[in-house]
Amino acid sequence: MDIGAKVIDIIAEQAILDPGDVTLESTLDSLGIDSMGLVESIFAIEEAFDIHIPFNANDPSDSDFNISSVSSIISGIEKLVAEKS
Amino acid sequence: MNRVAITGSGTINSLGHSVKETLANMAEGLCGIRPLYFKDVDRLDIKIGGQVKDFDPTTVFNRQQLALYDRVTQFTLIAAKEAIKQSGIIFSGDLAAKSGVVLGTAGGGVSTWDDNYRAVYEEGKNRVHPFVVPKLMNNAAASHVSMEYNLKGPSFTVSTACASSNHAMAQAFQMVRSGLSDVMVTGGSESMLCFGGVKAWEGLRVMSKDACRPFSANRNGMVQGEGAAIFVFENFDKAKKRGAEILAEVVGYAMSSDASDIVMPSKQGAARAITGALHDARLSPEDVQYINAHGTGTAANDKTECAAVADVFGRHADNLMLSSTKSMHGHLIGGTGAVELLACIMAVKDGIVAPTIGYEEADPECALDVVPNQARETKVDVALSNAFAFGGLNAVLAVRSV
Repeated sequence: MDIGAKVIDIIAEQAILDPGDVTLESTLDSLGIDSMGLVESIFAIEEAFDIHIPFNANDPSDSDFNISSVSSIISGIEKLVAEKS
Repeated sequence: MNRVAITGSGTINSLGHSVKETLANMAEGLCGIRPLYFKDVDRLDIKIGGQVKDFDPTTVFNRQQLALYDRVTQFTLIAAKEAIKQSGIIFSGDLAAKSGVVLGTAGGGVSTWDDNYRAVYEEGKNRVHPFVVPKLMNNAAASHVSMEYNLKGPSFTVSTACASSNHAMAQAFQMVRSGLSDVMVTGGSESMLCFGGVKAWEGLRVMSKDACRPFSANRNGMVQGEGAAIFVFENFDKAKKRGAEILAEVVGYAMSSDASDIVMPSKQGAARAITGALHDARLSPEDVQYINAHGTGTAANDKTECAAVADVFGRHADNLMLSSTKSMHGHLIGGTGAVELLACIMAVKDGIVAPTIGYEEADPECALDVVPNQARETKVDVALSNAFAFGGLNAVLAVRSV
């Protein structure tokens, strides 16, 4: 399974964009995803990969999970998926 | 004290997806109670209800809205759209700052509770969608109406079981009458027709398996319904000045508490609410021609309600009409008073009194003119709408023709 492509699909669906318009450098902000959209994306990603993402919406910077860009989100998920298996 | 006009109405319920359709079907004495269809209905003893038919939310709302809108919010927004459009009001500036929305619901997002309990308990899932709480909370529908129409004034949700809508509309009425707001959006909604919602009611053993027959000697219980009705209450003089169509005038209300039993109704509590509404509206009993009854079709409610009406109206009780439209749309619980206000508006505006359908056998304990089975064309100046809730909380509204 290509984790990156799947994550981009989920983020694109949330942002109502074509997956081709979501780049690795994109930030959630630049894609128009607000805090509600973020928790919804995290839920969808957890469901898709059956993982638990350590994320607290009260203080997104105070967790091991880096959401500053699409690429940082993908690497965080790759790490969690690897830990799981 | 300001006079209060109703300048908009909207609804979706088992009788129709609009006020026009609903009232036409009420006037025809049509029954909206049918076999229920939803997951696990085969495990229920009660398999009928006034379910909204031919409703596909995906044709009305987009994916993001559906993630946030429980069925009860969907119904509310559909009814609010019709009501506010009819009023012709666009909320901006000072008007928006002072206008609010007060709605009634008993259960809020019941199917959201139901779906997610099923997911975690039955399917063993350990994760729920992030919007479960904002979707199921009782005030979700009111909040979405406020956001959709820019209503920034006093807004909240009232939850008093089967009297929720009447309590809510009484609040909105008071706000416009006192001058706190020139316009208030009000009414109520309910959507409990899912496995858990009906199963809970089954527990009480007050539900009918075949039909809702209020006041009929062979009645055997209530039947649930679902839907919403929303109204625009407006300062009468200002509505007139801007040339709005006034559907009816709200002239008074009263609330009372039985303070006696959590489920059994009280004649005294009901009578005090009816009398209070007459006093508040400065009406004498003889002024009233029609009462939309609470009329649930249970043994206890119908005889208690008839006794209360007989007490309050004395000899005039034999001259007035008392019908229960729950026989057609079912009991919308927290939304029921709102849908039933439509029948009162039809009576005072169009001179058509909706019938109590399913009436088969006279009951000496309900010996009033219950407008059996067929609507009646007659002039009605004043109509009352009764709501008597579990928990003994009562609210009665009075409307007048204009």
